[in-house]
Amino acid sequence: MPGLAGVRFWRETQSLYNLIGNRCGKCRTVYFPPRPVCPVCHRESIGRMEELKLKGDCEVLTFTVVQEPRRGFELQVPYVLAIVRLDEGPAILGQVVDCAPADVRIGMRLRSVFRKIGEEGKSGVIHYGYKFAPG
Amino acid sequence: MREVMVIGAGITPFGELWESSLRDLGIQAGLEAIRDAGITSSDIDALFVGNMAAGRLIEQTHIGALIADFAGLAGRNLPTVTVEGADASGAAAFHHAYLSVASGLHECVVVGGAEKMTDLPDADVTEIMSTALDQQWESFFGATLFSVYAMIARRHMHEFGTTKEQLAQVAVKNHAHGALNPQAQFRRPIKLESVLGAPRVADPLGMLDCAPISDGAAAVVLCSADRARKLPGQHVRIAASAQAGDTLSLGSRRSLTAFDASRVAMERALKLAGRSRTEIDVAELHDVTTISEILAIEDLGFVKKGEGGRAAESGMTALSGELPVNTSGGLKARGHPLGATGIAQVIELWSQLTGNAGKRQVKDARVGLAHNVGGAGATAFVHILEAA
Amino acid sequence: MVVGIVSYGACIPRYRIESSTIARVWGQDPESIGKQLGVFSKSVPSSDEDVVTLAVEAARSAMRRCRLPGSIVKAVYVGSESHPYAVKPTAGIVAEAIEATPELTAADFEFACKAGTAAVQACMGLVGSGMIDYGMAIGADTSQGAPGDALEYSASAGAAALLVGRKNLIATIEHTCSYTTDTPDFWRREGQTYPQHGGRFTGAPAYFRHILACSRNLMKAVSSKPSDFTYAVFHQPNGKFPLRVAEELGFTADQVKPGLLTPEIGNTYSAAVPLGLSAVLDIAKPGERIFVTAYGSGAGSDAFDITVVEGIQKLDRSNTLSVRSMIDSKVLIDYATYAKLRGKIEMGGAT
Repeated sequence: MPGLAGVRFWRETQSLYNLIGNRCGKCRTVYFPPRPVCPVCHRESIGRMEELKLKGDCEVLTFTVVQEPRRGFELQVPYVLAIVRLDEGPAILGQVVDCAPADVRIGMRLRSVFRKIGEEGKSGVIHYGYKFAPG
Repeated sequence: MREVMVIGAGITPFGELWESSLRDLGIQAGLEAIRDAGITSSDIDALFVGNMAAGRLIEQTHIGALIADFAGLAGRNLPTVTVEGADASGAAAFHHAYLSVASGLHECVVVGGAEKMTDLPDADVTEIMSTALDQQWESFFGATLFSVYAMIARRHMHEFGTTKEQLAQVAVKNHAHGALNPQAQFRRPIKLESVLGAPRVADPLGMLDCAPISDGAAAVVLCSADRARKLPGQHVRIAASAQAGDTLSLGSRRSLTAFDASRVAMERALKLAGRSRTEIDVAELHDVTTISEILAIEDLGFVKKGEGGRAAESGMTALSGELPVNTSGGLKARGHPLGATGIAQVIELWSQLTGNAGKRQVKDARVGLAHNVGGAGATAFVHILEAA
Repeated sequence: MVVGIVSYGACIPRYRIESSTIARVWGQDPESIGKQLGVFSKSVPSSDEDVVTLAVEAARSAMRRCRLPGSIVKAVYVGSESHPYAVKPTAGIVAEAIEATPELTAADFEFACKAGTAAVQACMGLVGSGMIDYGMAIGADTSQGAPGDALEYSASAGAAALLVGRKNLIATIEHTCSYTTDTPDFWRREGQTYPQHGGRFTGAPAYFRHILACSRNLMKAVSSKPSDFTYAVFHQPNGKFPLRVAEELGFTADQVKPGLLTPEIGNTYSAAVPLGLSAVLDIAKPGERIFVTAYGSGAGSDAFDITVVEGIQKLDRSNTLSVRSMIDSKVLIDYATYAKLRGKIEMGGAT
């Protein structure tokens, strides 16, 4: 994936680096990643979505230990992916680090950390973003 | 809307077909379907092709135009449409082909699905299959399609006590069926221990829990009931063609262990067909992974949520069971050329409903159901076909 | 006007490889190598850690401790010799990740192991002149030593961030001075993976000359003697040099030990002195003085006279980790894993 893929992810920097999501001004539901329209309030939410920084504290809902990696993730095998429920409400997918795969449990508490997600090859852009770790 | 019939079918073997290109496969299936239907090229009003990823797999888009051209139909300036719905592209193409005839726009159309997956290394193919996920918020972090299904499996095991053995039984059953299907990619039965001991893909799923990489194409001919009456040969009626959607990413779903898209598509299909699910005699369900079939059995309402694990284990969904599922071998054993699967499922029902399923024949099969899912459940199609 | 430290934060990767493990691979004596070098284990970054991620975690820790919003930071400088990009500043990414963007200045610094303290001096200038209120100076590295070379035992990874300002201080920086020459003791050419060094030349004409001269200049400038200080933090390429230079200057081992981390985590290069200082700030009390001299090959030293003030007790340490706790939460790895993580295995162009 050479060239301008760096731009595609640059747009999401605030969310990837700082967990900026948003909240519907009408029903107060929190969303991450941020949404342009609230799926509950529809048109009544347009123009009323408020930016919100999420704390990154969460709980594991489910997880897997990946043995056959996505391209670019070979050096990390085996790596743990989880769907976590952030305390503010949204559930998102992220990698679990600083924890042996055998120690990951449904229900365990994690916090967000800032890590390298990948890179566009040795001469391309480096992608950073959130992962989750215990403690 | 008027009644639409399936009047002919053609399918290539599925597997690693090194000698065949995508256009070879598409044409092979298409020409066979046309011959089977007893029509000529001048009868065809349009071509619909389901294809997920030729743009990346072989760097070719515009597949409809490609196949029409090399099938010799370009001279008629035939309208062609390429339809994409992740790995439900086949069912999506079928749905739109059906609508074009039901609405009266066309009289007779050919709809096929084709995919050529072996012209790239496996790692690239995994990557491309994973484009059906949320690229920005799932794939970006290292998720592959199978890893998302693995997370669904783990949650299902956590919530309902489903076991790895129950997952494995789905694979064992489908390979046993595949052994009876001469077009299947895998035609030998497998043992439970082999499934449990296979190399891990994403725990708890191993290699034999996941559909293979396959080349293949399948095509059917659809026409209005009025036109079909004037043609010889066996015909099958399309009783329902329904679709439902859901959020793209798994985390945004209402539940981590159910595909609402499947449930709602089923409700819509049953309503359109005016039937209840107990009338379904045979079903092709989307088993891109073993957990997928367990979810499908539950989401389509054949068993209660959480009890899907028992279906294959108990023999309920075996060829001799009360609801034979995936008599073709399913995506697991018959193979899963992404865009072709939806049509291949329809063709299995066609074989069953016309009494041509050979050793896989379900006795007195009169109503069949095909269920095709896109990606990790953001799209689902349910088709109900009836013997005419 | 008085300039000082407002907050600080650190980040040390969890993985450790022991010197004895490395020695076994290269046919050295595993039993004696640790004592010989004064380095018993070193930190190793995971495949998803680099100078950017370590710097961000350290900077975030500093901001959490002082509970100030990122928008007050008007300068971010990151000193390293292992920035992930040769061109594209680590500082810009850090600034984004602490929500200090866009109205601030930022740049990356390089001066071997004293790039971090050079960044501190630059922030002191901006703050002291009244141009800004708060500036963040970070020293971070994930340096590599050539396989089989002496430096392989010590080249490690870590980061420490110092928020410099003139209000809400936890410590004042009474004075700073530097001593800079052109000395070829250790260098790395553009495009080369591993550095070169002058063996024993890195001792007397390099490390010792600059630290001794700079430290003596600082002592004279502030009219103090070693016993006026509670702590002394020196650059620490191994476990022995800092103790020798301390002795020559008249400091005791007890003054040096709290800030001497190399024996356990290796030489974190640009982070070494900032991390040593952070370890001291974790335990220092108001009124205590800290003597700091950094050294960077090429060569130069920066020295600081620091006094801890009452404000240090107001720091919120609840959601951050101390240097000691990071040193102690370690996961031992073998040489093969280390080689894989550090990209020392020839992948044949596949990745």
